[in-house]
Amino acid sequence: MSMEQIVDKYFRPGRLPHIWCPGCGNGVVTGCICKAVDKLGLDQNEVVVVSGIGCSSRASGYLDFNTVHSAHGRALPVATGVKLAEPRLKVIVVTGDGDCTAIGGNHLIHAARRNIDMTVVLYNNSIYGMTGGQYSPMTPLGSKATTAPYATIEQDFDVTELVRAAGATFVARATTFHAQVLADVIAKGIQHKGFALIEAVAACPTSFGRHNKMPNPATLMEWQRDHAVMKAAWDKMDAAKREGKFPIGVLYEDNSRKEYTDAYEELIARAQGGKK
Amino acid sequence: MSRILLLQGNQAVVEGAIAAGVKFFGGYPITPSTEVAESLAEKLPLVGGKFIQMEDEIASMGAIIGASLTGKKVMTATSGPGFSLKQELIGYACAAEVPMVIVNVQRVGPSTGQPTSPSQGDIMQARWGTHGDHWLIALTPASVPECFELTLRAYALSEKYRTPVILLMDEVIGHMREKIELPDNYDEIPKAERKRPACAPADYKAYADVDGDGVPPMADFGNGYRWHVTGLVHDETGFPKGTPGATVAAADRQYHKIYDNLDDIVQVDEYRMEDAEYAIVAFGGGARTAYETVDMARAKGIKVGLVRPITIWPFAEAQMAALADKVKGILVHELNCGQYVLEVERAVAGKCPVCSYAKYDNEPATPAQLLAALEKSLAL
Amino acid sequence: MRIELRLSGTGGQGLITAGIILAEAALLDGKLAVQSQSYGPEARGGSSKAEVIISDQAIHFSKVTKPDILLAMSQEAMNKYSGDLGPDSVIVTDSLFVSKIPAHEGKVYELPITHTAKNELGRALFSNIVALGALYKLTKVVSYEALEKAVLNRVPKGTEEKNKKALAAGIAMVD
Repeated sequence: MSMEQIVDKYFRPGRLPHIWCPGCGNGVVTGCICKAVDKLGLDQNEVVVVSGIGCSSRASGYLDFNTVHSAHGRALPVATGVKLAEPRLKVIVVTGDGDCTAIGGNHLIHAARRNIDMTVVLYNNSIYGMTGGQYSPMTPLGSKATTAPYATIEQDFDVTELVRAAGATFVARATTFHAQVLADVIAKGIQHKGFALIEAVAACPTSFGRHNKMPNPATLMEWQRDHAVMKAAWDKMDAAKREGKFPIGVLYEDNSRKEYTDAYEELIARAQGGKK
Repeated sequence: MSRILLLQGNQAVVEGAIAAGVKFFGGYPITPSTEVAESLAEKLPLVGGKFIQMEDEIASMGAIIGASLTGKKVMTATSGPGFSLKQELIGYACAAEVPMVIVNVQRVGPSTGQPTSPSQGDIMQARWGTHGDHWLIALTPASVPECFELTLRAYALSEKYRTPVILLMDEVIGHMREKIELPDNYDEIPKAERKRPACAPADYKAYADVDGDGVPPMADFGNGYRWHVTGLVHDETGFPKGTPGATVAAADRQYHKIYDNLDDIVQVDEYRMEDAEYAIVAFGGGARTAYETVDMARAKGIKVGLVRPITIWPFAEAQMAALADKVKGILVHELNCGQYVLEVERAVAGKCPVCSYAKYDNEPATPAQLLAALEKSLAL
Repeated sequence: MRIELRLSGTGGQGLITAGIILAEAALLDGKLAVQSQSYGPEARGGSSKAEVIISDQAIHFSKVTKPDILLAMSQEAMNKYSGDLGPDSVIVTDSLFVSKIPAHEGKVYELPITHTAKNELGRALFSNIVALGALYKLTKVVSYEALEKAVLNRVPKGTEEKNKKALAAGIAMVD
């Protein structure tokens, strides 16, 4: 399906243009979600997209599914309620680096721990864009931001390692430069039964790039091209060569752990059978 | 067929919720409400429902919002500190018009306060706790049987008016045990259902007032009506629209759907008010004291009665104004430093003296203490 | 008919359970009952108080204001919960734990409740049921049949006979 056809099918009529700046990577990520849904042939009526607050979280309003634009940081609890109440629905969470790992960080580790079946697409633009460029927990150490005029002194999260440690059973990363890979790993994440997180590295020229000597969107895309390494190649690299780079692709998958809503159905059967 | 039980107020809330058809609870442990969560953890799976202990109070609110969107009846339970944490999402649920029942078993505050002691300190928080203008319903039971009845009623109102309903309990009622007669079979209890769209999915506008009652039909997620839920100001389509006109239209409809129906929503009970010259206004645990105080005062020849708001919010404006025309004085008794009395004073508007017996020492007033306050404040 | 009882002691002695059993026995007799409690943050240890009001009329205020019976199973509870006793109040103590009883015009029963539970039933665990037997004999506020039924409804399966013995031991304690 062409991108025009994707837009016609999965974007709500009359909701565009979107609010994103020229050169923003959010549109690419949102397009990749639609491509993934299309590739899997999911029924739009059976898909729920839950977002938090921030630039990326505006995506829920543009997409033609059952959609919730929730409160700042709270997409995962709302998604948990939807999924547990109605497990047949496919739940996709759209969130940003600030939304998901700062104000929503507690929810992130617990949703991962439960291994509840949902696919989190974390749009990582390394900054709070909607409020105009404050540093987030995923702003690289030493970057500048409106609240870090002397550069950040805080270690940033590697969210893929964070959720893996917390119990996520599918972890992937891609960038908007590697859009094919991104659509592919999102599709794999949706197919995975359990908690899946995909870090989508996305450019923010307006609020991150301008403060960090990369005001041109193309420069940010080139940065993605030059720093991302496919997982297979990454595995063969030594520590020195990995310095400053990051792997993309499916980073971790574990299909042995029980999924939460399945476990709850078993609990119901146990309770109704009179067993504690 | 029915059964007679000795139950705590908190347990009666659980029975009421199950009888109403609750299918989802998201909660976090907090004294003195925890029995609600513990009991639903056991009972919900038995009726095919879901219980989840979330990572915090905020997450509990988020989870019940999500579950309610799938068409389920949902509940959370908390106490003062947790109620504070839930407030942002209570505002969200008001704005997005998501039905739910939020139980707050009040304890002494502020901050950690006195977890096992009774208070009614969240009266104003229940109405004004979240940011921005919003409208909701809060009910206050004064006995264990009423905990059951008002939980059923909370679901009925929540579904009918598409709004969060707060069951504003206090520790006295939540933890006391008394007799309750419950039906054996809850299937015979009529279940409240939200209004669902009658139109085709293509014609559905999630916030359109199609019946003129201010309550838009609400589709269950997954039933073919793909709609958008947001906390942003939105128009009848449900999509963000921040124009002055859209903002006023949304606020006015949300106000009118509740405030045009006060006859249906506001309940006030009376005890020995037929020939009363004075009135005690009290509710929840405070009302338990007031019944006995009225009897003691009557035995001394003082013609006093009890006016007991069951609906705390919306405020019983008309009832309090009418009371002011009838009696020579009103004493408002509450377990806080004086919150509800401010509303009573406003409604009475100087037509008769309004006094306050505010008790905030961790213990309910004894009937003798309230009688002494009555005699002193109204110079009887 | 109206009677107010306060059962007090240390957390873990089963006094809240005893209060619930007494209230449930009253309902079985067709009376009304209200039970309330207060306790500290400790699950075990610390003072614990269960109050029961039994009446054939509606009971509104749920707390005891004029105790007809004060059961004190610890010295701390004796000191803490005896402030509102009247001349008609009856004090019942567990003589193992309570040695100092405040000046009191009314009746005082110093009973070896825990001692008996340990010696005759093998475990202090039964002391709350022994106490209920004694309170039954002193007040007759509930019928024996209702009390026994209420006890058996609440105790773990397999302990029925021991609990019946505990009730009997409590009854035998009071002349």
